[in-house]
Amino acid sequence: MEPAIELEGLGRRYGERLALAGVTVSLPPGATLAVLGANGAGKTTLLRVLAALLRPHAGRARVLGAELPRERWKVPGRVGYLGHDPLLYRELSARENLKYHARLHGVDSDRVRRVLGAVGMEHRADEPLRELSRGMVQRLAVARAVLHDPPLLLLDEPRAHLDPAAADRLEPLIGRASGRTRVLVSHDVEGALAEADFALGLKAGRQVFAGIVEATAARELYR
Amino acid sequence: MIAAAGAILRKDLRLELRTKESVPAMTLFTLTVYVLFHFGLDRDSLDGELAAGVLWVTLLLAAVIGVSRLFAAEREQGGIDGLLLAPVDRTALFVAKAAALFLFLAAVEVVAVPAFGLLLLGPELGGALPELIAVLALADLGIATVGALVAALAAETNARELIVPLLLLPLMVPVLIASAQATEPLLRQDQGPEDLARWLGVLTLYDVVFVLLSVAVFDYLLED
Repeated sequence: MEPAIELEGLGRRYGERLALAGVTVSLPPGATLAVLGANGAGKTTLLRVLAALLRPHAGRARVLGAELPRERWKVPGRVGYLGHDPLLYRELSARENLKYHARLHGVDSDRVRRVLGAVGMEHRADEPLRELSRGMVQRLAVARAVLHDPPLLLLDEPRAHLDPAAADRLEPLIGRASGRTRVLVSHDVEGALAEADFALGLKAGRQVFAGIVEATAARELYR
Repeated sequence: MIAAAGAILRKDLRLELRTKESVPAMTLFTLTVYVLFHFGLDRDSLDGELAAGVLWVTLLLAAVIGVSRLFAAEREQGGIDGLLLAPVDRTALFVAKAAALFLFLAAVEVVAVPAFGLLLLGPELGGALPELIAVLALADLGIATVGALVAALAAETNARELIVPLLLLPLMVPVLIASAQATEPLLRQDQGPEDLARWLGVLTLYDVVFVLLSVAVFDYLLED
């Protein structure tokens, strides 16, 4: 079976600064990859390259069968990207925001209603985002990321700002139970390793390990 | 592409209705400038070339405000990423942004042109209104097209407040010349659509060239 993600010597620069170098990893469909590393290690850059939001500058990157950057156009609509920014408009309501994204993805409005229910936000769906708490906005960001039912999820600290009940509620959408291929960035080393099949360790943009790793070894990244 | 452009346009219009960040500022700017001209020129009324020049220079400067704000929500709230993650032709973003700017300019002119007539213009506007609307529509299309292109170019830069006027205003010179020339006979005491067809033709040609050019290059402006 073709890997969902296949990276070989992947590199990315910002001007002269190297943000990623020599990242080599392969992830089968349905598996979860935990990406670990201290602040500035290149985790977010990696997610943005996988989402085809950034071009790779070196090596090979194949995502869901699309060779990046040459076949970049094949990626939009097939990944669910949850970054630091919710990608939602503060002056629009939850429902308006999701309907907007649904139209862009060609998804019907019934799916919007179901996803709003799944993240537990139906009762506040018509209030502008600026009036909602950070945790509620995070729930809506999850709803936005899974609205089009993507086979690949790219999740950057997906449980940030969520209370335990909300985190449990989102499990069927973004957890292992979702059955999707996942790339999970987290500073919770134990938690991330517990729900991942493989781990990728980054330090200053360079790969330290890739594969199955013990928590003790992974914690070395932060020293 | 049309459905996506429609969704983006509806979202932009809804945001403008809620935030009131562009149209009121552009309208207020225009009215203020007309009041300044009213007192600064120390004349009871204007007509002909001077009136056309004052009308169009003020509208172009007001457009700079709209262009500067055109991608504000996208820049500040990650809208461009949201769009790039969707299976949408990037041209849809250009079409939506140009359409939004066109509608903003039209809304400003609904207030600004009568105010110009009241504050500064000698001759009555009424008789020349259909011709003036045709000039405004074609000029607005050109401003909106080039404005959307410049706004996208400046969106990811730090010095966008400088870049927008520095890029936009030189590109607007043909629009200014054609619009002022087309409008000048309409604002004279002896009104008449002199040479109107020629200048409308120039504006149409400008619009066609820049629509085609913008569609061709817009994709590349959103590359990282």
